[in-house]
Amino acid sequence: MLKILHQIFRTGIVTEPLPQEVEEEIKVVSQALEEAVRRRFHGSLTIRAVDAGSCNACELELHAMNNPIYNCERFGIHFTASPRFADMLLVTGPATRNMEIALKRTYNAMPPPKLVVAVGDCGCDGGIFGEGYAALGGIGKVLRVDAYIKGCPPKPADLLKGILGVIS
Amino acid sequence: MDSLLNIIIALLGPDAVRDDDHYPASVPSFLVPRERFIEAARGMKQAGSRLVAEWATDERNMEITLPFKGRDRSVLREVEGVGMGYGIYTCFSLDSEYIIINCRIPVDDPTFPSLTRKFVPASRFERQMRSLMGVIPVGHPDPRPWIKHEDWPEDAYPLRKDFDPSRPMPRVKGEYLWIRAEGEGVYEIAVGPVHAGIIEPGHFRFQAVGEDILHLEERLGYVHKGIEKRFESLSWLDGARLSGRVSGDTTVAHALTYCRALEAMTGCIIPERASWLRALMLERERIANHLGDIGAICNDVAFAFLLYQFSILRETMLRTNDKLFGHRFMMDRVIPGGVSIDITTEGKEDILREADRIKQDFERLVITYDENPSLEDRVRDAGVLSTEDARELGVVGFVARASGIGLDCRVQNPFPPYDRIIPKMTVLNSGDIHARVWVRIEEIRESIRIIYEILEGIPEGNIIGRFDPPSKECTGFAVVEGWRGEIVYWLQSGPNGEVNRCMVRDPSSVNWLALELAIHGNIVPDFPVCNKSFNQSYSGNDL
Repeated sequence: MLKILHQIFRTGIVTEPLPQEVEEEIKVVSQALEEAVRRRFHGSLTIRAVDAGSCNACELELHAMNNPIYNCERFGIHFTASPRFADMLLVTGPATRNMEIALKRTYNAMPPPKLVVAVGDCGCDGGIFGEGYAALGGIGKVLRVDAYIKGCPPKPADLLKGILGVIS
Repeated sequence: MDSLLNIIIALLGPDAVRDDDHYPASVPSFLVPRERFIEAARGMKQAGSRLVAEWATDERNMEITLPFKGRDRSVLREVEGVGMGYGIYTCFSLDSEYIIINCRIPVDDPTFPSLTRKFVPASRFERQMRSLMGVIPVGHPDPRPWIKHEDWPEDAYPLRKDFDPSRPMPRVKGEYLWIRAEGEGVYEIAVGPVHAGIIEPGHFRFQAVGEDILHLEERLGYVHKGIEKRFESLSWLDGARLSGRVSGDTTVAHALTYCRALEAMTGCIIPERASWLRALMLERERIANHLGDIGAICNDVAFAFLLYQFSILRETMLRTNDKLFGHRFMMDRVIPGGVSIDITTEGKEDILREADRIKQDFERLVITYDENPSLEDRVRDAGVLSTEDARELGVVGFVARASGIGLDCRVQNPFPPYDRIIPKMTVLNSGDIHARVWVRIEEIRESIRIIYEILEGIPEGNIIGRFDPPSKECTGFAVVEGWRGEIVYWLQSGPNGEVNRCMVRDPSSVNWLALELAIHGNIVPDFPVCNKSFNQSYSGNDL
């Protein structure tokens, strides 16, 4: 137990107000994000993430948004298991035919008003997987999309920026 | 002990025709008559080999005589007049040896003897072949589709050449026949495809009594993107990009396996420095994934402290990747002929500095993991995969090594620099969650050592060699040890050198079955942590 406490104090708070490489930009983003979440969602934006055929790289970056360094919860953004509580549906992958029905059902289970954000190059237009019998060619083929976040995969800072874009 | 090569020659004599257009020559490929296919498989089983992969090809457009010029054509008698018909391929391995055995089957009778009763992994391979290529494994106990969902038209076989992949697939009525359990107190839990966390989709169906799991059945295929078919419409160069997106967490290892198979079939020699840089990226990918997963396993038993600590280390590595290689996961950095980015002297120092820091923090965290009784209580003796089961299922990677099976392609089939910097393999016997974690802890230590050695010994020179795409019919094969385990690619070019078939076998394709077995006798609330300790790829399995 002492070791754990020791490690906690040694680590301190690693959450960065801003990743150095995009310093100014993200500083603006994080302040604006907090403000937008506070104003429009009473301080809490709840996201349901659905993988509709991604290669799982986007999922890794969504996880990274939750790590102590990006710590998206400080902006009031958190991920929920139940679509019933979600304000936003974050969808990755080119929308596979085999996920189409599950994706629609998840969307239908959300209370309106609801936002849909397509994540990643393949979420935007199918990316390298294209459009065909198995991949439908982007989330827009299944749901009405409010915003797109490009990148293969988009970095955690890009994700935060993209989320800000849609709620502000 | 006889080699698989000698066994097949002794067993089938002139009936086994070696394909001279298959590369590398160290992995022989034999064509055998369909009626002796099962005999060959039996010989492989008796020798104690494992089934690495089984797949089908559509070779109706292939020139019948090319690979077998001047040979006894009697082995092809069944497919006279329709090109090469369909090909049924199997790959077996024993220790460091790999061998491919294949037969051709005619278009009007696309059947072949099922290997499922001899080799358990054949079960899903053959269901998939039947679903996507329409070849029928005679004697297979399970006629249900795999990857193909029940609402696809029965006769839609995407991997056939006459299937138009640009056409949307219509939906038909159909029902998946789940395995049922009945009796007093037995109930069912259906989970997925959309899970609670930020993870990939798949469906799990449990039959349970109280908290005890009687049976788990997986149904996957939700992220089937048609990757294998997609390869056929891309150039060989673009194929490398696609292979890097088969499973995003394993982008380096997948692209590397694809490139090695392609380089083998085209005789492309890559510069030594490129090979060392590939190993550097491969080890960095291994460490980053192991770090993330160990943390996530701890989190699944409510020990969030280690999740956060490990995720800081993981993030540190990803940022260094971004700085030095221009991408957090190093996607598209392995390309046919070499690598697309070199490291500078300062880059080297960055990596060394980072390795020192990670090593220090990591060792401190390992002590916390090791000394925590509440953690130990959850990870020991849970999710046990016995050595016998592991062998029967032909599992690979850290799952195999945690269940007493010493398989590691870096040791058994090394490419430079692994022929000089030999990884120490950690093999544990308990097969539980803890064993899978501990194997990965040891592998992080070992990968850090390998990185130090790579940076010390890396030769100077070019990072990319001349690459010419295939110009004739030939096939290439490669295996690479990704962080999950052995990745296999088998590539086939058509008459004009175009992509005819690209077979991908992610470690998950064999390891998923192991989870079904390991969960028996565990309680439902332990499923997430058991699942996480395997952490199989859905995308790599569904393709």
